[in-house]
This record gives sequence, C-alpha cells and structure tokens, in this order.
Amino acid sequence: MSVEPASVEEVAAGLHSVGYLPAQSTALVAYLAVRLGKPVLVEGPAGVGKTELAKALAKYLERELVRLQCYEGLDEAKALYEWNYRKQLLRIQAEADGTGWSAVQDDIFGHEFLLERPLLHAIASDSPVVLLIDEIDKTDQEFEAMLLELLSDFQITIPELGRVEARTHPVVLLTSNNTRELTEALKRRCLYLWLDYPETQHELAIVRLHVPELSETLSAKLVEVVRLVRELDLKKPPSVAESIDWARALLLLGADDLDETTFRSTLSIIVKHRTDLDTVAERVGVKLSGVL
Amino acid sequence: MTGSATRPEGFDARMLEFAEGLRAEGVAVGTSAMLDAFAALAEIGWSEPRQFREALAATLVKSPEDRRIFELLFERFFFRAVEAEALRLDVREGDGGGDADRNDGITGGEELDYEALRDAVVQAIREEDESAMRDLARLAIAAFGRRSEGSGVLGVDVQRIRRGLGLRSEPGGGSPSPTSPPPSDQLSRQGIRRFERHLRAELERSQVQRTGSLPPARPLSELDRALPSGPLQDLAAVHRVVAQLKRRLATQGREARGSKRHAHVDVRRTMRASLQTGGVPVELKYRPRRPRRPELYVLCDVSTSVTSASVFFLSVLHALHDSFRKMRSFVFVERISEVTDVFARERSFRAVSEAIGKDAGVADVSGYTDYGRVWREFLEQVEDDLHPRATVIVLGDARTNGRDPSADVFARIVARAGRTFWLNPEPRLYWNYGDSVIASYERYCEAYECWTTSQLEEFVKALTRPDR
Repeated sequence: MSVEPASVEEVAAGLHSVGYLPAQSTALVAYLAVRLGKPVLVEGPAGVGKTELAKALAKYLERELVRLQCYEGLDEAKALYEWNYRKQLLRIQAEADGTGWSAVQDDIFGHEFLLERPLLHAIASDSPVVLLIDEIDKTDQEFEAMLLELLSDFQITIPELGRVEARTHPVVLLTSNNTRELTEALKRRCLYLWLDYPETQHELAIVRLHVPELSETLSAKLVEVVRLVRELDLKKPPSVAESIDWARALLLLGADDLDETTFRSTLSIIVKHRTDLDTVAERVGVKLSGVL
Repeated sequence: MTGSATRPEGFDARMLEFAEGLRAEGVAVGTSAMLDAFAALAEIGWSEPRQFREALAATLVKSPEDRRIFELLFERFFFRAVEAEALRLDVREGDGGGDADRNDGITGGEELDYEALRDAVVQAIREEDESAMRDLARLAIAAFGRRSEGSGVLGVDVQRIRRGLGLRSEPGGGSPSPTSPPPSDQLSRQGIRRFERHLRAELERSQVQRTGSLPPARPLSELDRALPSGPLQDLAAVHRVVAQLKRRLATQGREARGSKRHAHVDVRRTMRASLQTGGVPVELKYRPRRPRRPELYVLCDVSTSVTSASVFFLSVLHALHDSFRKMRSFVFVERISEVTDVFARERSFRAVSEAIGKDAGVADVSGYTDYGRVWREFLEQVEDDLHPRATVIVLGDARTNGRDPSADVFARIVARAGRTFWLNPEPRLYWNYGDSVIASYERYCEAYECWTTSQLEEFVKALTRPDR
C-alpha cells in the first residue's frame, strides 16, 4: 500500500531515494500536501523540475500518477468525463419494444456509459493517486473555475448522476510557468511552492545523481559554467534538465575536460536561441579561458 | 500533532497580527489561508526556524513578489517580537542583537577578537551552516557597526564588512576545486555570497528597524502606480506584465466569442459527426469564429514630453510585434521613421530600444513633436497600403507645441483605415489643457487614457473584440 510519511526529513529522504533531490522548502511543501490533503501550486521557470517533482512523489508514495496536460481549449469532455454516445445509441437501438422510457433513461445514464477522463479517474480510483495538472496557465480561466470544486472538496458533479465524491484523497500538484496570472480563487485553495534554479552545490548534487559516471571535477565545472550562463540576460536560460543533458552528452563524447572547443561544440545543448548563442559565445567564451 | 498541544499562549494573536501586517503591505491573506497556516504549523516540528518560515510562506503567499514582501516582513515582525520579549525579560546579548544602532555591543561585553570572528565565519561558510552564518553576520555588523553607519547604502556596507573580515574567494573567482578540499583561507564564491546575503539581510533589517517602514520594493505595483512620472522602469518588470498581456491578446477572442450566441452551422462537419449517431445530427458543429487578426500600424511618440512613458510604449510595441505578424511600426518626434525592421531583426528589448534611440533619426531641429508633419509623412508612406481591415494605433500625448495639428490629414488617415485608436499617456484630466489638442483628434478616433498596465488591458480588450 502507499507510503505515509511522518516527517519532513522522511519525505526528503524518500524523494532522494527515487532520484529527485528536493530543496528544503520543496520537501516541506510536499510533506504538508500529503498531510493536509491540500493541492500544491508549483510555479517557476521552465525546466527546474516541477513535473519531475510530481513523478518522483508518485514513485515515492507508491501511488499511481494521473496526469492531465493542459492546453488552450481543454474542456470538461477531455478533462472530467464524457458520455459514451455511441454506446448509448447502441443501447437504445438494441432495446426491445415496449420497454418504458424511464427504464431506458435510467439505464443509459449509468456508470457503464461514462467515459472517465483524468480528473474523474483520479477521484474515483480505489487506491489513492498523485494527480498532476500540468501547465495550468495554458488553459482558459473558465477551466480554472471548473477545477475549483475538485480542488476544494474533491468531488465532481455530474448532472445526470449526481455528485461523485473522492473515495480516496489524491495528492494534487498543479504546475505553472507563470505565463498568465492565475485567479485568486484557485491560488487560495492551494499551497504555494516557488521552484527556482538550484544553487550550485545543489545542482552539482543533482547532476551527480543523474550522471554518476561523469567525473566529479567535470561535473563541478559544468555546473559552474551553467551558472555563469544563467547570469547572462538570455531569452531562455538553461534549465536543470539541460544541465543533465549536457552532462550526458559530455559523457557520450568521452570528454575528460571542458575546454574551449568542447564548450563551443556542445553549446547548443544548453542554449537554444540564435541570439542567445551569440551572447553566450561572446561573453562566456572570454570568461571561460580564465575559469577553466 | 505536536504543535496544537504545545502552542504557546497568545501565539494565535501574534499570527493574526502578522497576517494584518502582510495585508497592510498589499498581500492578500484570506481567512482560509490563515486556517491553512495553522493546520500546517500543527504538522511540522517547531525546532527548525526554516521549516516554520517555509510552512507559513507556502500557505500565506502565492506569488514570488509576495514572497519577497513576506521575507522582509517575517524578519521584521519576528525580530521585533523577539526583541520586545527580550527587553521585557531583561535578557541581554553580548553582541547587541544585530542592532546597528547599539554600537556599545562590542565595547560593553568582552572585547571581540577579530581573528576569532573571522575564523568562525570561514568555518560556518565552509560547513554551510545557515543559522551560524546568520548569527555571525549580526556579530560582524555589530563589530563593524560604527564604520558602516555613514554609508547608508547596503551594498557598500556589505562589501566593507566582507573586506574588513578579509574574506576572499579563490583567485579567478572560479569553481570550487572539487578534487581536493580548498586551501584553508579560500572559500567558494557561492559560500561568500551566501554570507553576504545574510549580512545584507541583517543590515536591511536594521535599516527597516531604523526607518520603521518597508523599503520600497514592489516593482509591480510601483509600475502600476507611477508610470508617467517615475524613473526609468525596471525593464524586466515591464516585460513580465507585457508577457501576460500577450497571452491575453491570444485568448481574448475566445472569451468574447462565448458571449455571442450567433454562429454559423458547419453543415459538412455536422453531417460527418452524425454518422456516429446513425445519421441523426445529434450534435451541431459550428463554424469557428476566428478572432479578428488586424493588420496593425502603430505610431509611437518618442519625444521628450513622453519620455517617462516611452519605455512603456516601446515594450507595448515589442509585445505587439510578438503577437501580430502583420504589423508595421513607426516612431516619431518631428518626423517619422519606420522601425518595423528593427523589431524584426532584434529579439531582445534592450537591443531594440538602443537601436531606435541611436539611428531612428526622428528629431530634426527643435526636438519638439510636430503632429501635422507626422501625419503628412505617414500618409505619404502608407496611403496605398491602408485599407478597411487595417488598424492604426497612435501612442502619444497630442501636444503639438503650438503647431498646426492638421486634424484634416489625420481624418484622411482615419477614413482610409478600418479602426483608429489613440493611447494617451496623460491622465484624462490634463487632456486639452495647454498645448494638448487631443479633442481635435478624438473626433475621428477612439482615445484611451493609457499609462498603466490595467488600462492597457482595457484597451487590448477593445482591440481584439471580434467585430465592430
């Protein structure tokens, strides 16, 4: 059965054991989310591990991860539930003559004809799950409003069936890249966690955890360079995920030192805009020769 | 539940006071958030100050800006509470409690050994012991208090204390050498920075104490309030707002569509869908209503009378360029210059504004706006391209410096274009006062007062409304 953490330290250790190195505040908020049963709104720049946190949490708690990827135009039919029209129609056509109207009506609006979408699935599941609502800022405000019932009471109202209440209490994580201001009503129902780029030591530990084969010296250099790059005024600063990708690439290339040529040839792994490439090559290239 | 049983008397009242403080600074803390905070505090251990703080932060504040205010206020509030309590119980610390005003801290107690202090700091930084670092930062400030009194600039004081303690990062300022432990008197830059942050926090705190108010540190609302007269705005802050705006530009059409029930049935798609239901058209498919994608002509005044607003205007221009493909932009003072290429070439806002500042060449002799000439030149350049689906937006204060407003030429522009908007960075109160001639233009177009982001949003709604 699923794991019930008893302290913040336990959560931190647990997340670590499944390959996610949480900052102190992250572990604390995750712990509170499990204990209080409140949804967590995770915000921060792209690629700092918001989605990863949900995955790791699901793994650590030994729960199923139900994921709802948000996009513009996402509606109830795709997020909550949908009636299976085809099956309903077949049911009606297969009906023998003389069956009363109410009998059919009761029949075709039953659970058998309901298609579960992620949110309903998360709620109706027999064992508790981790529900990840990813990139909530990509949806419209109307969708947010629809979520409110789910987030505060863990129930969904289906007009034909009535209320579906949660059988088990899911841990809910909502992520946002902060491209849009979310409504106060939504924020009020959530715990708030701001994930930022990790500090150098922390990031080094993350890189070492994911790419242990890369020598420690090289990893340290890599992390330091990434930090330098992040300090520049870029369109898209390199994320943690990109640091790890870079480390993997260096490992594949068999690089044993991060020198000027290696840096230039692999630069495109961490920097992904043409103008950014120029800036980095220009500014960091000079610094590099001093650092490395 | 560890907390609820052992919660000290009067603690709840303190928490409510703290929430009041947050509200006074403009952080929306609801009753439900407070209940959450209490529930959270019941779940965690109280021995670790960081957990206490993080638990409060997670439940009470919901944005990075609010978090900053929270940090400042948290420091001040609980610091004060502790100080008051210490006074009441007559507890005295040898180090003066980090209060820069009480310089007698060092002379009063035992003499402070600078070497010992320095060693302790180095030790704490190396071990990444946050609470020790904080205590030592207080100690250091007390020790150097007298000298730091004069400057009043936090950054300077921090650096002075750091130098006074002789803390240096290793030569080249590079990465900590991970293979061997660093030599005894060298520290990673990261570590020193962390210590500096504690120093800064402590100094800021004592400054907050001294002046008895929060330092003005709210870029967003600052931006909201003081666009026309304020100093050069923080570009990042403008950009953040504009990024949200861009998003709204993209979704606005959808919202407006919902409110209008008039729609065309798409017969083909309806028939196809009906196959699923045995040929009965159960579900009607409608033709999507496309949001209006206007072709934009934007004219932006960059003369001195609108200097304070022009950063705002340029960033609006920048955002519009990201959202609309068919767009031509012009800047003007005495004459007009097309800058569409600049925006197409340069992606970063800084580069754009520099390029425009450098080689737009719009000021002629006097540097005063000449609207009449601007209209004529504009019409000359685009007369053939203007058509009823085009939208013209003018960003300017309509101050002609006594010159001929040439409203008739403007009227011709309006007549050729589909819609024309005027965004005026002055409060409506000042319109038509002095040399402002907005009234003669307003006859032909819709004029909006626009110098805050919320006003801009109002305008954006008007702009993307599906149809007239």
